Amino acid sequence: MQNNRRNRIAWLTGCVLGVCLVSSAAMAADDTSAPAFSNKLLLTGGVSQVEGSAGGGLTPWAVIGGYGTGDEIGANAFVTHINLPDYHVNEVGAMVGLYNRVEVSFAQQRFDTEQVGAALGLGRGFTFRQNIIGVKVRLFGDVVLDQDSWMPQVSIGAQHKKNNQAAVLAFVGAKSDEGTDYYVNATKLFLGQSLLVNATLRMTKANQIGILGFGGDRNNAYKPEFEGSVAYLLSRNWAVGAEYRQKPNNLGIAKEDDWYDAFVAWAPTKHVSLTLAYADLGNIVIKDKQRGLYASVQVGF
Amino acid sequence: MHTCLPRTALLAIALLFTQGAIAQDAASMSPESAAMAASAPRDPALKPVFDQFGGKPGLVALMNDFMANLMADARTRPYFAAADREHIKAELVDQFCVILDGPCTYTGKDMEKVHRNLGINRAAFNALVEDLQTAMDKNKVPFRAQNKLLAKLAPMHPAVITR
Ligand code: HEM
Repeated sequence: MQNNRRNRIAWLTGCVLGVCLVSSAAMAADDTSAPAFSNKLLLTGGVSQVEGSAGGGLTPWAVIGGYGTGDEIGANAFVTHINLPDYHVNEVGAMVGLYNRVEVSFAQQRFDTEQVGAALGLGRGFTFRQNIIGVKVRLFGDVVLDQDSWMPQVSIGAQHKKNNQAAVLAFVGAKSDEGTDYYVNATKLFLGQSLLVNATLRMTKANQIGILGFGGDRNNAYKPEFEGSVAYLLSRNWAVGAEYRQKPNNLGIAKEDDWYDAFVAWAPTKHVSLTLAYADLGNIVIKDKQRGLYASVQVGF
Repeated sequence: MHTCLPRTALLAIALLFTQGAIAQDAASMSPESAAMAASAPRDPALKPVFDQFGGKPGLVALMNDFMANLMADARTRPYFAAADREHIKAELVDQFCVILDGPCTYTGKDMEKVHRNLGINRAAFNALVEDLQTAMDKNKVPFRAQNKLLAKLAPMHPAVITR
């Protein structure tokens, strides 16, 4: 118990520090005489998706996170909270975008089972913690500039995930407590229509994105899953959109549903963005209809 | 073993896309698209957007604010400080007017020739776009109309961005 508490405090301090660091770097970069930062256009870097990569809320986009252009470095940090009827998720993460070519990200998800943990004999507030390291590489295309062709911006990426509850995962039938997702995605901005469209094909074994481990009694092979998002730009600072994320169904004991959300993102400046979404995460273990609010704050440059 | 197949599939998809990119690169070098980048394609569909910009007087007012922004922005000022700014504004009015199907003719220089030796990078290009957006906001050009113009300017980037 004591240990748990200390952990939580350490975690909180860590994330506050992280956010402070990035925001002070962002302040420094605000000076327009420092042309080495933040020269990408507003909102074209996306926000931080649920696994820490640049994208929408649920799905990664082909954009490289941060506001750095071809000869610049960008970075940001985020805090996300998802509040569901029977669970909640706290998450922090950070990413660095290098020369609009490579993105490296880290995220930690804490999935709190609240009363469900007690019902399953794990203890009230039993929490799965998952660390995710992501890498994304832009292959070709420019999401903003390529306006006279159908050519999207295309990236490939990987997300390596490690869950801290190996014993429980084995008990529910998962084959592993760690796994790697591989994806390819294409993002196209139809500027004349103020519309951004993204499609992602992900090869994954993850159960509930890894919160319930990887592989299972029903299936233990990689499966291709489709993810899509559309965002309509209302102004330079506001975008609204919707997302869909297909998921595998590897575990016999718990049905898993595809995920949906509808979001609004607000970026008052290049250094801050706020994303609010209504997410439908379907059935999670013994609780159906997990719909709730997804809120995410990102700071960076 | 089972992880092999998806990896190969992914590689295949990646390769496929790369092929597309190479084809695209070749296409963007055709004389046709070079000519496109030289001035500006007139698009009759954008006539309503011309009105949303306030016609030619609207463009003249816009360019005054645009140039003021460019001169106030440390990222773009060095490019314009020694240039004939009144001349650039006049050419830009004609150029945007043509793109938006207004009653004008562009008599200015070829985009590639004008910008070739300026050493413009992506950051400077984006800075200029931001300054234009700010000027369009100030002149109450609706956001969607702004994007319709920007969608026509963006393809000129190969002529403008040289490093
Ligand atoms: C799609 C984007 C752009 C368009 C459509 C555009 C258009 C023009 C036009 C119409 C002229 C006048 C040509 C003439 O004198 O006949 C011009 C000149 C000029 N532009 Fe651009 N421009 C673009 C991007 C940029 C950028 C990003 C910069 C630098 C940050 C820049 C810097 C200049 C300068 C310095 C001149 C004057 C050159 C001289 O007088 O020799 N332009 N541009």
